[in-house]
Amino acid sequence: MLNYIAKRLAMAIPTLWIVITLSFFLMRIAPGGPFDGERQLPPEIEANLMAAYHLDEPLWMQYLRYMGNLLQGDFGPSFKYKDFSVTELIMQGFPVSLELGALAIGLALLLGLPMGVMAALKRNTALDYSLMGVALGGIAIPNFVIAPLMALFFGVILGWLPVGGWNGGALPNLVLPVVALAIQQIAYVARMMRASMIEVLGSHYIRTARAKGLQEYEVILRHALRPAMLPVLSYLGPAIAGIITGSVVIEQIFGLPGIGRYFVQGALNRDYTLVMGTVVFYGVLIVLMNLIVDLLYSLFDPQIRYDD
Amino acid sequence: MSASPLQRNASGLALGLAMATSTLFASATQAQTLDIGVMGELASFDTSQVAGGVWESQVLMDVYEGLFKLAPDGELLPGMATDYQVSEDGRTYTFQLRDDARWSDGEPVTAEDFVTGWRHLLKPRNASKYAYMLYPVVNAEAVNRGDMPPEKLGVEALDEGRTLRVELEHSTPYFPQLLTHYTAYPLPTHLLEEHGSDWVDLEHIATNGAFTPVEWVSQSRISVEPNSQYYDAEQVSLERVNYHTSEDRNAALSRFRAGELDIVREYASERYQWLKENLPEATRMAPYLGSYYYVFNHRDGHPTSDARVREALSLAIRRKVLAEQLMQGTFEPAHAFVPPGVNHYEGLDEAPTAGKLEARMARARKLLQEAGYGPDNPLQLRLRYNSSEEHKRIAVAIAAMWRPLGVEVDLINAEATVHYQTIAEGDFDVARAGWVADYNDAENFLTLLKSGVGNNYGAYANPAFDALLEKAARTQDADARQALLEEAETLAMQDHAVAPLLYYVSRNLVNPALKGWQNNIEDDHPSRWISFEE
Repeated sequence: MLNYIAKRLAMAIPTLWIVITLSFFLMRIAPGGPFDGERQLPPEIEANLMAAYHLDEPLWMQYLRYMGNLLQGDFGPSFKYKDFSVTELIMQGFPVSLELGALAIGLALLLGLPMGVMAALKRNTALDYSLMGVALGGIAIPNFVIAPLMALFFGVILGWLPVGGWNGGALPNLVLPVVALAIQQIAYVARMMRASMIEVLGSHYIRTARAKGLQEYEVILRHALRPAMLPVLSYLGPAIAGIITGSVVIEQIFGLPGIGRYFVQGALNRDYTLVMGTVVFYGVLIVLMNLIVDLLYSLFDPQIRYDD
Repeated sequence: MSASPLQRNASGLALGLAMATSTLFASATQAQTLDIGVMGELASFDTSQVAGGVWESQVLMDVYEGLFKLAPDGELLPGMATDYQVSEDGRTYTFQLRDDARWSDGEPVTAEDFVTGWRHLLKPRNASKYAYMLYPVVNAEAVNRGDMPPEKLGVEALDEGRTLRVELEHSTPYFPQLLTHYTAYPLPTHLLEEHGSDWVDLEHIATNGAFTPVEWVSQSRISVEPNSQYYDAEQVSLERVNYHTSEDRNAALSRFRAGELDIVREYASERYQWLKENLPEATRMAPYLGSYYYVFNHRDGHPTSDARVREALSLAIRRKVLAEQLMQGTFEPAHAFVPPGVNHYEGLDEAPTAGKLEARMARARKLLQEAGYGPDNPLQLRLRYNSSEEHKRIAVAIAAMWRPLGVEVDLINAEATVHYQTIAEGDFDVARAGWVADYNDAENFLTLLKSGVGNNYGAYANPAFDALLEKAARTQDADARQALLEEAETLAMQDHAVAPLLYYVSRNLVNPALKGWQNNIEDDHPSRWISFEE
């Protein structure tokens, strides 16, 4: 097992290097620079800025400088948010996105899995149709529609919950963004769980279990549930990485200090270091989450072993 | 948060909107905490590093104070300076600093701190985007270029730091206005010496304004509290100000309606009609120092290098329709480049683009025909705008207004960064641009049309215009200078250097329970004047 983990981590290094290198050069190829804006800067001021951020050096030198700093764990200064380094921005925002994302995924599993199982067991009944109808709605309605509506209804009209702000992660401030983030995930998990449960229920070993005379709940809980969860598990790896690195829509609508908005703002501002920082961070998370999911497979499926 | 009446009062959907709006402003007797929704985040408390967002000056003017400060109505008041004298040639300013000015850590504010701040701004390695604001000061440009040491800057501290003397390159009548800009604030010399670039960390920072920063959660909120060392601290009634980063204007509106924000700096223009009907007491709109215009490309090879084409295009634009119908009254129609309300400026007597539509269209057709365009040879234009729903609506409408002239328009949009880079390179026929003044003076607008200036995207070049601006810059008499600037603008408008379209207005939501907020043309609202009604 440890060998396997070490091998996977070693393999991740070239992957990350390619991601970083590609992002670095793609970012520089993009038209417009970090200091292009509505106002043209006098040439001497532009020269000062280019020199201050080493943008006046040849590209390969900038690349080597960046990689050198990166190896020392230094993401560099943000071009836009001058009082923070990129590392500080990520470290300040990530706990917020992590908390929101973890709660949203938790909620998605808590509601999505039972919904999927029930729909599969009551296949083609009114319950199935209504649960899957709701799930389809959850997938179809984007969160930039649902989130402002929730804020309007529960925040402005009913006045039950704050409309925005983080407030140190107080529970009332969490409810709306977590639910808005979770809705789509609940829907995905439920539909995936239903499909895979139906498949598992039709398999030979379930027939055998039933033939042994086991109670239906035993069949479901002991024999069907674990294998049925495998596709959900594969989905969860990248989904978790995606959701805990924040959502620009949810963060902007609810005014939350997560890191999701850095992806978009960094790119729009051509804040090279911030974009690179978020890309590297996201890349590492994706690699780690996929590894964790692969390791979890062995828990859920006895046929998978990493020993040899 | 001062009041969240809606959260407490409304209890059901059935009560609906009517209830919501009627209770929104019911009470404001909670702690004197002001919550302001601003459209972006401050780049830095180091004024040399500020990126130029309007929202940034809101925070900075609350925590720092320059030689002058702004009254609620935008007028200049004495700030760190109690008095000043200008030499006869208008090139030497001598300021007497107040004795009781202190940084929030108790150290006195001296003339040396201004010298430090201005040199810091102009040092090339600090790469300040707005360093050019101080270019009127002797040697400022050379220092910023790195051709001279900062010590050569024309500013010095006298009388043991109680007097500041500034030498200007030439007479600059708007210099006092410039001094309210954050680039002219002092910086705490003692902290820069002690902590270097870390002086700006919240654990070290000291400020000399009415407030001082206490907390900064990036992308969420900056909080400031009264500066007990401020000379006028007794007059400051707020106990805390929170600036909430709220880029999503509709989300900011929801937070305002829920009582979470007391002020929203800029609501979405498309919500204006709704706001006017539902939150009339809170919805503010006022003239603003901003111009929304279309740049014509004057470079050779572009159809718009022909004055007849430019005039025809400008004549065919129905500005009132743009302002009143398309933008629902959230802009004013513009027939000149310099917006009304600018200090010591009257503007054009007669706008070439005003007048009856039929007459304008007839003249436009004639001009295009003379320029060689007609059904067999239609005028084809590339119109560029930066991506936004607002700019798109305006561009589509203008293309439709030009269609009766047989003009075929290719609309091209790009994100702002790309848009401005492209038009700076001259790759367009007509392009959208906007300008919000750095300081309240017509010169700040007219400079955009001077030949060789980076912001003169269309490369308009008229030596007579340039000469008038040069002459105005050397003229001390305010009336004579005004006449020269007006003459220059008249000339540029006769040349149809650009097509002015709309004047910006400021759009704020202000809790009616607040006292001390006044609409003003700069749209500057220092929090120190604001309080909640008892």
